[in-house]
Amino acid sequence: MKATLKIDTVLNRFAEAVGPSLPIAIEGNRTRWGLNGLLKPGTSVISAPSGLVEYKPEEMIVTVRAGTTVQELDTCLADHRQRTSLPDRGGTVGGAIAVGHNDLHKLGKGSVRDAVLQLRYVSAEGKVITCGGPVVKNVTGFNLHKLMVGSFGTLGFIAEVTLRTNPTPLRQLWIQTSMDPKIIFDTLQRPSAILWDGTTTWVHLEGHPPDVDAQYALLTKSGKVYESETGPSLPAHRWSIPPVDIFSLEKTLMGRFVASIGVGTVWAEQPQEERKLDRATLTITERMKKQFDPTSRLNPGRNLGNWS
Amino acid sequence: MSFIDKIKNLIKPSVFEDVFVAELVAALSPERVRFDATERFLHSHDSSVFDEGNAGPICFPITTREVQTIMRISEKHGRSIVARGAGTGLAGGAIPLGAPVVVVMTKMNKILEIDIDNRVAWVEPGVINLDLSRYLQPFGFHFAPDPSSQQVCTIGGNVANNSGGPHCLAYGVTDAHVLALEIVLPDGEVATIGGLDPEPVGFDLRGAFIGSEGTLGIATKIAVRITKNPPTVRTLLLSFSSMRAAAETVSAVIAAGIVPAAMEVMDQRITIAVESFVGAGYPTDAAAVLLVEVEGLVDGVQIDASNIREIGFKHGATDVRVAETDNERELLWKGRKTAFGAIAQIAPDYYLHDTVVPRSALADVLEKVNEVAERYDLIVMNVFHAGDGNLHPLLLFDAREEGMLEKVHAAGAEIMRISLDAGGVLSGEHGIGIEKQAYMDELFTTEDLNHQNRLRYAFDPQCRSNPGKILPAGHSCADIQSLKNVPQGVWG
Repeated sequence: MKATLKIDTVLNRFAEAVGPSLPIAIEGNRTRWGLNGLLKPGTSVISAPSGLVEYKPEEMIVTVRAGTTVQELDTCLADHRQRTSLPDRGGTVGGAIAVGHNDLHKLGKGSVRDAVLQLRYVSAEGKVITCGGPVVKNVTGFNLHKLMVGSFGTLGFIAEVTLRTNPTPLRQLWIQTSMDPKIIFDTLQRPSAILWDGTTTWVHLEGHPPDVDAQYALLTKSGKVYESETGPSLPAHRWSIPPVDIFSLEKTLMGRFVASIGVGTVWAEQPQEERKLDRATLTITERMKKQFDPTSRLNPGRNLGNWS
Repeated sequence: MSFIDKIKNLIKPSVFEDVFVAELVAALSPERVRFDATERFLHSHDSSVFDEGNAGPICFPITTREVQTIMRISEKHGRSIVARGAGTGLAGGAIPLGAPVVVVMTKMNKILEIDIDNRVAWVEPGVINLDLSRYLQPFGFHFAPDPSSQQVCTIGGNVANNSGGPHCLAYGVTDAHVLALEIVLPDGEVATIGGLDPEPVGFDLRGAFIGSEGTLGIATKIAVRITKNPPTVRTLLLSFSSMRAAAETVSAVIAAGIVPAAMEVMDQRITIAVESFVGAGYPTDAAAVLLVEVEGLVDGVQIDASNIREIGFKHGATDVRVAETDNERELLWKGRKTAFGAIAQIAPDYYLHDTVVPRSALADVLEKVNEVAERYDLIVMNVFHAGDGNLHPLLLFDAREEGMLEKVHAAGAEIMRISLDAGGVLSGEHGIGIEKQAYMDELFTTEDLNHQNRLRYAFDPQCRSNPGKILPAGHSCADIQSLKNVPQGVWG
């Protein structure tokens, strides 16, 4: 039996629980529960199975059930000084992937969508579907696993994922400065985060200790820099904009904000205005939903297009 | 069938076809719609060993609007389309099946905008991969995916195949470097998918489109991420007295938590061929050589290089050399990237395979691959992206020998099965095309393939865009329909 074809009883039991009919919703730890529409009242709610399936530190890949918390995953990886790009906001692995929001340290850790190598989901027909592959490089067939990242459980319920891991850098350091964040971004080779609230800039450096020291020293040449315990506290709402737009946007629309320089994520007191899809993209989106969930039974109420 | 017979066979004019071609000519221009037998013969092939292509009219659009018009005229006539870049594909992805319109994107080759602040370049799909990196050089940036064919392959083709390359080990394949795409759907509508922002709204249709081998539509503008050039690069050349030792070193480097920018292995046969071709100073007496590149800040590079050196010696390296100058480094890479060309010295034809296995399985899998080649009495050479576990066994042969091609295909099938049995996948960077369709159901269930087909339908409900590719027959009925739509007796 090939690696991709092994479906164990845990997954089969989850598929049975999802079943082939009636509306059903999936929950993780509800840390991003209010996004993309509210769940239709009266819908029954289930959770994905949890637990580590296989961790191969020497291959830098890990397979976990979707209901595992990101914290549990991180703890397991930390034993081998490894990490993934998934953010830990108190939620589950499946939730982090279904939402698709990147970690604060995206410049260093990479994006969530690049971490997913293989994914198993339960379809609207109640069947376990495998997509992607259990190796670090793969172009075998259509990229269904990419489509599932950020799809909010509207196409299938994520049951199990194989993720790429990376070595955790030996040294990590937050620093704080009033220097221009644009200059910092252009000066540093590979910071893992540059956060700016309009006045203060926080920089997260990581890597080999002498490299971190050298980058730190480079910044001290241009201005005053202080070590910091952590980064700034983040306002509740999340914006996604082209990275340089932060410098031209009318900040009153945001209230207090913290922007991730070079990335384009902004945490702000005010929510971002609704972003629209163009007509053709909307058409593909709706067709996609129809193909995967023709009766709209999965996560009813959540909507990434304009389906009913 | 002789070459001339094949060309003659393609010439089957008809009244219906005249109308179809006339509409295309009116929409583009006479010199950018071709339908003579020679052009059709040329565009019935790509760089793969497959010979069953049959091109319909060939169009060379220069604008998005022209691509839309081609899509609409083709739809009206119930014809399919196949997009094509430089034709360097090795899995037959660009081979036209069922006499479709071949849409050659090489004339849409402008670099539209370099946006350093957002770290993005907007390009047309016909821009050649290496041309973009050369253009970015003065700005201190480059485009990270670097397939061996980068001197000729197009970025549109890279998108279609989700291309890799040696330096994708640290940077990721094309998918990680494409932010947004303007695409023309098979019905002629234009959609912009993805975005310059980090978390674009809606489904990741961008991620679905990349690597879809032209089956979802045609990309007409591509926003690629540009990557800052590293301040320090160090290239190490490790020699080994066995392939197993080289492969185990690769696993040990990864296991030690080092992710080099590139880790490439060449066996002795290919090293000898390369060395006599470029004279890069590769050791011809080593059973295997490992080319490792580390890059970043100076101290970290020094630490990684010295650790790799130590790991190499611990695992049986007989020599570790560090490229002293840029010229020396470039020559080593030139050797690696022109390896496939160097093979012409040994045999007239080669079949280049592409599978991925877990990195820890590399040594065992390579031994089995050699056993297969021996059993079929074929020369096999190995040059591959070892850091990713991405194997590229090359089977060398002379296609003029009776029964040779069948033998090569049979050996290739065994290599694929060995890779799958080791927990691997069918393709790391070349794609499925028509080469590996028949093996898809060894990796996926019928239901899995059915779901892949659903993704396809959402973009192309009539399956008119590059029909007959990726999914095996039986999982894609509309493709079969689309292939039958060609009027009988027309276009061969």
